Amino acid sequence: MSATTTATRSGRKRSFSGGNPLVYAIALVVVAVTLGPVLYGVLGGFRTNAQLAEDPAGLPSPWVWSNYAGVLSPDSPFWGYFLNSSVIAVLTTAVVVVFGIMAAYPLARYRFKGREALFMVFVIGLLFPATVAIIPLFILITQNYQMGNTWWGVALPQAAFALPMTVVILRPFLQALPTELEEAAQLDGASRIGFFWRILLPLSGPGMVTVGVLAFVGSWNAYLLPLLLLQGDMRTLPLGVADFSSEHSADTAGVFAFTTLAMIPALVFFLAMQKRIVNGLQGAVKG
Amino acid sequence: MTDTAVRSADRAQARSADRRPERRGQAAVWRKRAEIALFVTPALALLVAFVVVPIATAVQMSLYRWKGFGPMVDFVGLRNYVSVLTNEVFTDAVVHNLIIVVGSILLQLPLGLAIALLLNRKMWGQGLLRTIIFVPYVLAEVIAGVVWFQLLQPQYGVIDTMLAAVGLQGPEQGFLGTPEYALWTVLVVLTWKYLGLAVILFLAGLQGVPDELYEAAQLDGASWWQVQRRITVPLLGPTMRTWGFLSMIGSLQLFDMVWILTGGGPANATTTMATFLVNEGTKRQNFGIAGAASVVLFVIALVLALAYQKFILSRDSKEGGR
Repeated sequence: MSATTTATRSGRKRSFSGGNPLVYAIALVVVAVTLGPVLYGVLGGFRTNAQLAEDPAGLPSPWVWSNYAGVLSPDSPFWGYFLNSSVIAVLTTAVVVVFGIMAAYPLARYRFKGREALFMVFVIGLLFPATVAIIPLFILITQNYQMGNTWWGVALPQAAFALPMTVVILRPFLQALPTELEEAAQLDGASRIGFFWRILLPLSGPGMVTVGVLAFVGSWNAYLLPLLLLQGDMRTLPLGVADFSSEHSADTAGVFAFTTLAMIPALVFFLAMQKRIVNGLQGAVKG
Repeated sequence: MTDTAVRSADRAQARSADRRPERRGQAAVWRKRAEIALFVTPALALLVAFVVVPIATAVQMSLYRWKGFGPMVDFVGLRNYVSVLTNEVFTDAVVHNLIIVVGSILLQLPLGLAIALLLNRKMWGQGLLRTIIFVPYVLAEVIAGVVWFQLLQPQYGVIDTMLAAVGLQGPEQGFLGTPEYALWTVLVVLTWKYLGLAVILFLAGLQGVPDELYEAAQLDGASWWQVQRRITVPLLGPTMRTWGFLSMIGSLQLFDMVWILTGGGPANATTTMATFLVNEGTKRQNFGIAGAASVVLFVIALVLALAYQKFILSRDSKEGGR
C-alpha cells in the first residue's frame, strides 16, 4: 500500500501521472469481471452447442451465425416480445411524465392550504413497493379492471408506482425556476395555466427527460408484474428471455444468442441516455 | 425549524393576499382550487386505483381464507398471520432477505468505494471505464440472471471449467443446486449486478469534494492514503448512507434474480419474502397467506426504513453539511 501512496501523492487530478501500473492492473481486473459474463454470452451465441460442451471456456471456431439468425428470423417470437416491451415502456413513460409534471406544478408553484400534506401523500407513496401489492394488483387488474394481458394493464400500475419518485424529483426542479419568470408572464397577462404551457413546460425539458428515462428503463427491465399479467403473445422481452431459457435449456448457444439480442436495446438506450440516467439516480439520492 | 417558520409565513402571506380584493377574490380562490384539482387529480386517481386499493386489498385479503374467486366471506382474523409467522419457509425467507441486506452492503460498500477512489483520478480510458462498470446495472435482472445461470451450470458451465483448470472442483450439484452455497452464490451475482450503481453514486459524491481540500492536505504533507481516510471518506458519508438505504430497500424486495437463478430452491434455501408470497398467491392460490406475507414484508421494510432513518440518515441533518 505504501508503494501506491508515494507514487500517487504528487499526481492527484492535475498531472497525467495516473500511470501507476498497479492502478491499471486493478482497473483491468474490474473490467474483466464486469464485462466477462456479458461477453461470454455474446460470444457463446456465435458457437454451436457442441463447441460449448467440448470447451466451455473457448472462443468460437468456426463462428456460427445461425443462432442469431434464428432469433432474428421474421417468424421468431423475439419481435413480438420486442414490440410489447417497447409499447409498454412508452406508455408507462408517457403517463409518468405527463401526470408527474402536472402534479408537481401546483405542488411547486401554488400557495395553498394543505400543499405540504398533499406532497406528503407522494412521499409516503415511496414507501410502498409494487412487490407488496403484487398479488392484489394481479387480481384487481384481471378481474375488476378487466385489463389482464393488455399493454395498459401493465403500463398503468407501473406508472402509478413510479409516480411518487417522479413527483419528488420534479418538484424541487420546478421550484428552482426563478419567480421573476412567473411575474413577467403575469404582467404579460398569462394565466397560471398559460404559464404552465408556454414557459414552465419548455423549461422543464431536462427534468422530464430524466424522470422519463428512469421510468422507461424501469419498465423495460420489469419482470414481476408482467410475469403475473401477461401470457402468450403479449409477453415482454424479460419474460421471453426467461421462458426461452427454460424451454430450450438444452440449446445453450441459442439461449446466449437470444439473451444477447435482448440486452442490446437496453444497452443502446443506456449509452445514448447515460448522462440522464446517472443524473436521475444522483438526484434521487440527493433528494 | 426555520423551514417551517418560513413556510407558515408564506402561508400567512398567501392568505392575506387572497383576502384583499374581496369579491373578485372569491372567484379567484375557486378558480385556483379548480386549477389545483385539475393538475393533481390524474396523478391521485392513478395512485388510488393502482397503489391504495391494491394495498388495502392486501390487508383485507390477509384477514380471510380466500381462493381468489367469489366474495371474501371466510373471515379468519389473524390466523393467516399466525400461520405465516410460524411457517419455517417464511421465517427462513426473512433471514435470507436480511442476509442479502447485510451481505450486499458489506460487499458493495468497500468494493464500490475502492473502485470509485480508483476511478476518481486522471487516467487513460477513465470515461470508458465508468461506462463499463455501469453496464450490469442497466441490464434487466432477468437477463443478467439467465446469463449467470448458464455460467454456473454444474460441470459444463464456464465457472466450473475454470475452477477445474486450477485444480478445484465445484460442488456436484452446482453452486446454485447445493443448499449450502446457493444463497451466497445469489449474493455474489447480485454484487456483480449492483456494484456499478454504488460506484457511480460514490463517484458523483467525490466530485462534490472541493479540490482545495486535497491541495491543502497535500501541502500539509498528507499521504494519498491519509487524504482518502480523513477527507474523502468522511465527506462521502451522506452519499454512502443514502446508497445504503436504497440498497436495503432493494434487497428486501428481492425477487427477479432469485426466481431466475433458483426459483427459491434448492429445498427453499434461497426463498425470499417476495418469492414466498408470489408462490402462495399464484401457484397455490392461498391469497390470504399471500396477503399476510405482503403485510409482514411491508411492516419489516417500514420498520427497517424508519430505524435506518433514525440511526443512520439522521446524522446527515445533525452534521448540517448541506
